[in-house]
Amino acid sequence: MSNLQHFTKGFIKENPIFVLLLGMCPTLGVTSSAINGLGMGLATAFVLIMSNMVISMVSSQIPDKVKIPSFIVIIAAFVTIISFLMEAYTPTLFLQLGVFIPLIVVNCIVLGRAEAFASKNKIIPSILDGAGMGLGFSMALTLLGSIREFLGSGKIFGISLFSDNYGMLIFVLAPGAFIALGYLIAIINRIKKA
Amino acid sequence: MEFIIIIISAIFVNNVVLSQFLGICPFLGVSKKVSTAVGMSSAVTFVMILATIVTYLIQKNILDPFGISFMQTITFILVIAALVQLVEIILKKVSPALYQALGVFLPLITTNCAILGVAILTIQKNYDLLEAVVFSGSTAIGFGLALVIFAGLREHLDLVDLPKGIKGTPAALIVAGLLAMAFMGFSGIV
Repeated sequence: MSNLQHFTKGFIKENPIFVLLLGMCPTLGVTSSAINGLGMGLATAFVLIMSNMVISMVSSQIPDKVKIPSFIVIIAAFVTIISFLMEAYTPTLFLQLGVFIPLIVVNCIVLGRAEAFASKNKIIPSILDGAGMGLGFSMALTLLGSIREFLGSGKIFGISLFSDNYGMLIFVLAPGAFIALGYLIAIINRIKKA
Repeated sequence: MEFIIIIISAIFVNNVVLSQFLGICPFLGVSKKVSTAVGMSSAVTFVMILATIVTYLIQKNILDPFGISFMQTITFILVIAALVQLVEIILKKVSPALYQALGVFLPLITTNCAILGVAILTIQKNYDLLEAVVFSGSTAIGFGLALVIFAGLREHLDLVDLPKGIKGTPAALIVAGLLAMAFMGFSGIV
């Protein structure tokens, strides 16, 4: 596979959310608005790129028995870094995402890519793989966030498209997350078959 | 009274899966049969209470006094991973029957975000140790309740004739949405 393919496969073909169905907790938890989805996606993308890079460099030195714990430590280190950065530069977003930022550490996508890709490949493909998966994840989160924000309050990225009064509040609340994602995956299944 | 509020709000009002969105992976992954759902939720209950106690003690006795609470994420995830391994080894030795029942679920629990999530939430909410135990226990019960109900629904869902695109995960997600809507009915209680 060429480097370009490593980068682009995360967008649609192996999209972590719609196709691989990984990392569902943040997907449902933070997508009440488009901006939250985008912020969470980019934070996860940062962790993915950095951890993929470091893991591809050091994995040949790590004994098999402690492989997973060491991966988790590397990932947790970058999660701590991104949570500091967000607390300093985007404090409102940091508060809104809340507990889901430390929880990037247990996001199956990050550990999944580390184990399945970065530990077996060289540094450049690993960075591209992380970037592609991260962007695919961000796109999916932003899309779901936009849909929920639009249906729920008539806005996208805070820009009002129709009056608040016609919004279906349920889509901003918890049940709307499940329902919107369910239909979104159904639509994507349909498009893939056609 | 305070304990009752914590229990009711953790089980029904702020249900860990249906309104906090923690532990979705096992919620979707092991909810195809009621029996596996019961096994998973008992394993989660066991580990969640244990992990909350241990991480709470570490936070209060090591991280806070030395001013290194920024190490929280790294410490907690390592402690939970080690704890799960330890539980697995002890269970294998002490009670093979229980190990048979829970064994397959234990490795999955390390990456269950509900465990780490509850450990972090307990610290954020400033609970004391007893409240932390009650909170984690009732959160685990809430998780089990949602998981078992959902598994029951999915067993029936398999028999329904659905359009192809919607069969499987999309149908499960939509049903989970309806279940979450039902749980919203509790929101006035506390």
